[in-house]
Amino acid sequence: MLWTIGIMVVLLYALIPVVWIAALSLKTPGQIIDRKFFSGFHFDNYDAVFSDDTFIAALINSIGIASIATLISIVLAAMAAYATSRLNFSGKALILSGALAVAMFPPISIVGSLFDMWRAIGLYDTWPGLIIPYMTFTLPLAIYTLSAFFREIPWELEQAAQVDGATPFQAFRKIIVPLAAPGVFTAAILVFIFAWNDFIFANTLTSTDNARTVPAALAFFTGASQFEQPIGAVCAASVVVTIPIIIMVLIFQRRIVAGLTAGAVKG
Amino acid sequence: MAQITLDRLTKRYPDGFEAVRDMSLEIQDGEFVILVGPSGCGKSTALRMIAGLEDITEGELRIGDEVVNDRAPKDRDIAMVFQNYALYPHMTVRENMGFALKLRGAPKEEIDKKVEEAARILDLQAHLDRKPSQLSGGQRQRVAMGRAIVRDPSAFLMDEPLSNLDAKLRVQMRTEVSRIQKNLGTTTIYVTHDQTEAMTLGDRVAVMRSGMLQQVGSPMELYNHPLNLFVAGFIGSPAMNFMPATVEGEVVKLPIGDVRLPDEVHGRLGGTEGKTLIAGIRPENFEDASLVGDARERGSTFRAHIEVLESLGSELYAHFTVASDQQIESQELRELAEDVGGGEVPMAGEEGRIVARLDPASSVRVGQESELWVDATRVHLFDPEDGRNLTTDAKGPSAVNGGQGGGGRDPEAEPPPNDGAQAPPAEPS
Repeated sequence: MLWTIGIMVVLLYALIPVVWIAALSLKTPGQIIDRKFFSGFHFDNYDAVFSDDTFIAALINSIGIASIATLISIVLAAMAAYATSRLNFSGKALILSGALAVAMFPPISIVGSLFDMWRAIGLYDTWPGLIIPYMTFTLPLAIYTLSAFFREIPWELEQAAQVDGATPFQAFRKIIVPLAAPGVFTAAILVFIFAWNDFIFANTLTSTDNARTVPAALAFFTGASQFEQPIGAVCAASVVVTIPIIIMVLIFQRRIVAGLTAGAVKG
Repeated sequence: MAQITLDRLTKRYPDGFEAVRDMSLEIQDGEFVILVGPSGCGKSTALRMIAGLEDITEGELRIGDEVVNDRAPKDRDIAMVFQNYALYPHMTVRENMGFALKLRGAPKEEIDKKVEEAARILDLQAHLDRKPSQLSGGQRQRVAMGRAIVRDPSAFLMDEPLSNLDAKLRVQMRTEVSRIQKNLGTTTIYVTHDQTEAMTLGDRVAVMRSGMLQQVGSPMELYNHPLNLFVAGFIGSPAMNFMPATVEGEVVKLPIGDVRLPDEVHGRLGGTEGKTLIAGIRPENFEDASLVGDARERGSTFRAHIEVLESLGSELYAHFTVASDQQIESQELRELAEDVGGGEVPMAGEEGRIVARLDPASSVRVGQESELWVDATRVHLFDPEDGRNLTTDAKGPSAVNGGQGGGGRDPEAEPPPNDGAQAPPAEPS
């Protein structure tokens, strides 16, 4: 009972702003300050947002950059996590603490120098220019998440696969990765959300529709005229960028089921 | 199918610990060999070296005629059954069993055919499309066996495959394993810490202790002619009874009384006059004196105060205590006692407490003084320093090949008695 009340409070606390944004996005510019929470369904703002080339470009950039960063980050992290959880090699502690150190720096502290460097080597305002920092900043998290999952997989499974005739890489790909799928998806969601939500890098390292992602593009939203606040449009855009995240979590949530390893060994 | 030869295999870890020392063993084609010993004796390490999951520090491992020391597990053509089965949880039983064939690139029809056939042998047809998590322990164990059978490998390696099953299922699967191995005729090396499994399953049994092979032989050879104190105490349930003994002329003085040794045994005991030895007598070599009959002169009788009687219908175990002013000290006895660790045979290696297996027709009663008889021809005497069995034929009949296949070369050359105070005797050298 107490649990239910607690959950209700947290849900209300977390969801009211979201509902409010959604309600605002459904108002016409004239209704924004009508002091009502909900004024009916008007999709003018959505029309405006989707007819805006800048927003469309930003949406494509966001999806592309976040997906590629997630993919690369997870592939690299899976291999690194596998190595650190299964093998003993010199420099293992160095790699793990190095990864942790990377996560230690706040993005704001390096974004200035990154700006200069990217301009010098031509990565400024390009997809790779954003993919690289996203990947770097999410790798430590992904490595730690994945190695926790890998460690829980009984080593005998790999040895069984090796005796069955698998090369170490085949054992990794056909046995370990499928079994660590919940971990892989957890890490993937975390990485994707980081890349999707990032504002600092996106705002600093881009200048045009070339690579500007949605969070940065939102800051450049203007109203229909200079005397009009773009509140409705910003809200509509916010709702639009939230939807992919929700869809992603809902899809992967099914995969994040406990007990996928049940039955491997006698429990 | 192949012969497997371990030629002085040694496993040494970086910290200097030797898990397996100088182990030599020749396993004939089609033979079923058991590696048995208490936990930590190196038997699993030895098996894992054969599988290729553990590097070989020294020595040579040959499967067939080829040295395979540096081959990856996948290139050794062996199948392994793990203690915890190690089934792939995300695959169905069918996929689990066919995995190795699929990796090998076998055509789908062939995989299906072989999987179906293995499933038929193991009675798993109804479960082929289920996941391991939906199976019972015994079924999982059979899937693990199936995964090995499907591959038709040159050898099966089994690492305590039955230890996760409950007692009843274990006995049932034990018969099953034996039957399957006999039908397929595949060379099998089976690791267990359970001496009952070792005795019932193997063509030959290899007893290990602290990384060293103690004795290799057929179950009955190990039982009747143990080469040393450790093997004597490890094999047999209830375990052999140990007590201090002194040889005086033709008799051995035991806490239960004096026993006259047969001449040929006595002949081997030269130089032990007056020394404290350890005598070992198996429970079944006692009997109710009133039921012995003609055999009476083969042994001696003594009186014992029966403390506990356990009747199992077909057999009767009488427990009694003997007092002795002599203490027996032996590293091997201590290890045996530790291994048993309060398990099913509480008497192993414990001084003073004796278990005798009597005829169920016996009329002994708890709390009564009864006359018991001991078979003098079956008394073993061990040197407390190195554990060597002094009564057995020094040539060690037990090390002879189990008779499987041709060959006949003694796989474990009889070790000369070792002089080192703490080095166990049966070190093959």
